[in-house]
Amino acid sequence: MAREAWLPLAVLLALGAAPFVGLGGSYETTLMARGMILGMAAVSLAFLVGGAGLASLGHAASLGIGAYAVAILDAHGVTDAARVLPAAIGAAALFSLVTGAISIRTSGVHFIMITLAFGQMAFFTASSLAAYGGDDGYTMYSRTEVWGARLLEDRLAFHYICLGALALTWGGCAMLLASRFGRVLRAARENAQRVEAVGLSPYPFRLLAYVIAGAIAGAAGFLLANATEFVSPATLSWQRSGELLFMVILGGVGRLWGAILGALVFVVLETWLAQQMQHWKLVFGPLLILAVLFLRGGLSGLVARRHG
Amino acid sequence: MTTQLLLVQALNGLQLGVLLFLVAAGLTLVFGVMDFINLAHGVQYMLGAYLGAAFAAATGSFWLGLALALPAALAAGLLLELLVFRHLYDRDHLSQVLATFGVILVLNEGVKVVWGAAPLQVPIPPLLEGGIEIMPGLQYPIYRVAVLGAGIATAGLLWWLVERTRAGMLVRAGATNPAMVSALGVDVRQLFTMVFAFGAMLAGFAGVLAGPIFSVEPGMGDNVLILAFVVIVIGGIGSIRGAFVAALLVGLIDTLGKSLMPDLMRLFLDASAARQAGAALASMLVYVAMAAILAFRPAGLFPVRAG
Repeated sequence: MAREAWLPLAVLLALGAAPFVGLGGSYETTLMARGMILGMAAVSLAFLVGGAGLASLGHAASLGIGAYAVAILDAHGVTDAARVLPAAIGAAALFSLVTGAISIRTSGVHFIMITLAFGQMAFFTASSLAAYGGDDGYTMYSRTEVWGARLLEDRLAFHYICLGALALTWGGCAMLLASRFGRVLRAARENAQRVEAVGLSPYPFRLLAYVIAGAIAGAAGFLLANATEFVSPATLSWQRSGELLFMVILGGVGRLWGAILGALVFVVLETWLAQQMQHWKLVFGPLLILAVLFLRGGLSGLVARRHG
Repeated sequence: MTTQLLLVQALNGLQLGVLLFLVAAGLTLVFGVMDFINLAHGVQYMLGAYLGAAFAAATGSFWLGLALALPAALAAGLLLELLVFRHLYDRDHLSQVLATFGVILVLNEGVKVVWGAAPLQVPIPPLLEGGIEIMPGLQYPIYRVAVLGAGIATAGLLWWLVERTRAGMLVRAGATNPAMVSALGVDVRQLFTMVFAFGAMLAGFAGVLAGPIFSVEPGMGDNVLILAFVVIVIGGIGSIRGAFVAALLVGLIDTLGKSLMPDLMRLFLDASAARQAGAALASMLVYVAMAAILAFRPAGLFPVRAG
């Protein structure tokens, strides 16, 4: 683990240096911000999938709820980060708590399906919010202010806030997985019966992990809304949940930092292909299939094997 | 809400239900026998609708279109199985979900390339045009009655195939304990390819039937797919009987919910708020039903696999 850690650190450092090596333009920083924000959501999902063994197909709902919290407060004139950010995180965490309490009772395929169902509920709720744009989405008046300062409007400041949030997410999730809490999670993923035999019920541990992942996705949603200044039900769609899962798989399930790699590669590839041709999904789809079929262990697995 | 309207909506719900059943039947068997999650099953429904529309336009006859679309949908299913799905059986569910998600991207985009992004209109065949009087003064389109009839007839045929034939017996056995069936000398792979192709054809059949009712457009399979998953999870994975009951249930809940909810909400809210809240609640209703059923019966209404 320690020997592989140079790569994610190098990626984070490269992102930190990027604005000073010719990638500081509006286009590049927008693209990188998108990659880092989705990377945050992907790391939280990797924490769930790889750590707790909970493959959620509704993770975009938490992301979207965080984003919608920003939009709804914006519509009511609340743009102070000290209130908006806790609201975004709190709303996503509450949603995860309620849906998780039910979903985690099931396992395997049923878990995938029930998280999909809850994600769809959130999606339809967002589509019906006519006061906040309904199907068409909602364009924000301005970005969230930080203690009255328009800090998030500044391109460089926003870049480093996203980078800091991503690094914090990765570090935090890695520490959680290494802690006693994380050991119980991993043990329950390997063999729930043995964990029970030791006298621990996996349920509260899994639920807490689910809520934590949801809260992180909510924070990512807060940043996403501010990055695009626009929120729409598409943020909560099941396709977006599928994309997040793909980022995790592309990066490699066993390693948290793989999700950062997966998200960045995904965003760059998607943007690049979309510029090359109109029907870019015709190429993207087969790439996805090939990645699943042949890239076992993901991108991070490739790196780890070479240096393991 | 008059009794007449309620009756029409109930019929519409049942008709959505039989279409869902045709899609869900293949899905639940594939899921049950090979433990394989095929998200691309919805695009097979879409492909059926497009093939039906294209062949009908080319031949000038809905019936010829139907006759040509079925084997074409079967062939498309076999091709997908050969190219992609075959390599996924031994993989975990997550890989299956993602790889078949890739297939969705390709086919949704592919139909746009071939037929354009605009919805296609499929005319109702002349034989089934017009309506019949189901109640004094209440006309109901014959085509929709025919869809209902075709769906129920197919369900009956499927029941006979699964419950009364040797192939069906193997399928049921495969859904209950695939390892044991394989150990008894049955080629499970071959059995699966058969089930798979048949399921693809059923989904395609549903697509052709749906053509004249709904618009034929890219992405039309996605919503149906998710509803079909709700159906098989509620019904119990691998159970044809469960899929039938759950499909009718989901079709009715969805259709009646969408027509009744806004009126129901008007009891508590003003008109425009009621319309909004009602539409949102109605769209959620089937998922609420699924969550509730899974919370109390985690294996669905008619569980198949023992242990």
